Amino acid sequence: MTDLLPSPDMSPDAGPYWDAAKENRFLLQNCDACGEWRFVPSHLCTHCGSDKTSWKEPSGRGVIYSLTTVHRGPTAEFRAYTPYIIVFVDLVEGPRIMTNLIGEGAEHAAIGDAVEVCFEARQGNTKVPQFCLAPKGDAA
Amino acid sequence: MIKNNVVIAGVGESDIGKVPELSGLGLNAQAAKRALDDAGLELKDVDGLLTAYSMTEPYFMMGSVLAEYLGIKPTYCASLTVGGGTPGTALHHAAMAIATGQAKTILVTAGENRATGQSRDAAVQALTQVGHPYFENPYGPLIPSFYAMIANRYMHEFGTKREEMAAVAVRAREHAIRHPASPMSKGITTEDVLSSKPISTPLNILDCCLISDAAGALVVTSADRAKDLKSDPAYLLGIGESHTHEHMTMAPSLTEFGTTISGNAAYDMSGLTPAHIDFAELYDCFSIVPIIEAEELGFAKRGEAGAMFAEGATSIEGSFPINTHGGLLSYAQAGASGGMHGIVEAVRQLRGNEGDRQVKKHDIGLVHNEGGILSSHCTMIFGREAI
Ligand SMILES: [Zn+2]
Repeated sequence: MTDLLPSPDMSPDAGPYWDAAKENRFLLQNCDACGEWRFVPSHLCTHCGSDKTSWKEPSGRGVIYSLTTVHRGPTAEFRAYTPYIIVFVDLVEGPRIMTNLIGEGAEHAAIGDAVEVCFEARQGNTKVPQFCLAPKGDAA
Repeated sequence: MIKNNVVIAGVGESDIGKVPELSGLGLNAQAAKRALDDAGLELKDVDGLLTAYSMTEPYFMMGSVLAEYLGIKPTYCASLTVGGGTPGTALHHAAMAIATGQAKTILVTAGENRATGQSRDAAVQALTQVGHPYFENPYGPLIPSFYAMIANRYMHEFGTKREEMAAVAVRAREHAIRHPASPMSKGITTEDVLSSKPISTPLNILDCCLISDAAGALVVTSADRAKDLKSDPAYLLGIGESHTHEHMTMAPSLTEFGTTISGNAAYDMSGLTPAHIDFAELYDCFSIVPIIEAEELGFAKRGEAGAMFAEGATSIEGSFPINTHGGLLSYAQAGASGGMHGIVEAVRQLRGNEGDRQVKKHDIGLVHNEGGILSSHCTMIFGREAI
């Protein structure tokens, strides 16, 4: 497939997230008050309610919490890519994030495998964070 | 007080399956008329109306729209959007209004023309709205994909077997075949489920609920008022809710859900325990879900509910019948209607006139509705008598 998938819809809450992705950087909100990381982006900390937050770069590493191979895509664009893999990743810093699992060996991935963030180009000069299997021996 | 004082005095369902001659509103009206007939009441007796939402006919103010379509002018009226949890939560709101005297006779309806009111592709696309628009949908999930990931983790963590999930669908079909209103006439085997079209691993098409034209309706009133009405009332003994998240990314846990919380609230209100329940109508949008719910509601230990379905305990003749109408998997699912059919079925089972679908012990029944991705829960306990 050579056609890029559609650009993601972007909420105003998450401007820095998408701006960073365009530069292959993964940014999450980190609470200035309690120090917890959170995802998805929000105005108030979902741990302590504080409105003081900073965008910071986590390790980008995690493990697969669960996964599925999609055989019937929701739209024509996604159907052109089936079968593709969706994963829930537990990040080292705590939050859980859903992306596709892409790259080498993805079809053999299992719960518990170590993964790291990578980026995928989308339409309109945008990019989305994705996850790839971490090189072997690279424990999360 | 809700316990013993609020009853369902009438139940009704629209025609089920493919009903191209009726709009979604028409299906709700047909179900409402049948529920009122069942109670021996008329539209002019209704002073409250609660309904759900519609994907096929997305009116802005569904409660008011249905009221005008029915030709009634209620003094208590709204629509609720709690996904598959809507019928239960609407019943909870109705029960509070009855218990506090805010209304005397409330119609609760849910359903839409999901099968014939839109193309299959449009139906599938509409359902992606459950996913997070910014942080999940860019990755192409279907609703089955979310439940598939729950199933994979649940099997990994608790040893639930793939064949046990398939057995949930097999049992549902066995029960649907016995239901005179069901569109299903042919049984399926575990092998049929395992070899059906893959949707999102491990879920195949026969692990997924139907897409139907269907609606259901309840007439909710006080126990005192029901004494003069036509049909045997079902007493609301306990009801509880839990809302832990909407999007799966934000779920506090993906192995422990709000089912336990809503279930415990319903048990507490009723003063009953799982051992008192004779049968259950659980939410089965996907084959993994009633397994999780049966465990969270205390009918089996973690990892052990799958065997109840595989070994026949949940059959009509089994020790603990579950989904005696065939559920969302084999009876009907139309938007918010899925859980409504479970409530209607529980009331009918309590009355004891369901022929070869009738469970033997039918004093107390439990219904669980669930919306989103195991996000919003409502557990209801009904009795044939006040307790
Ligand atoms: Zn905080």
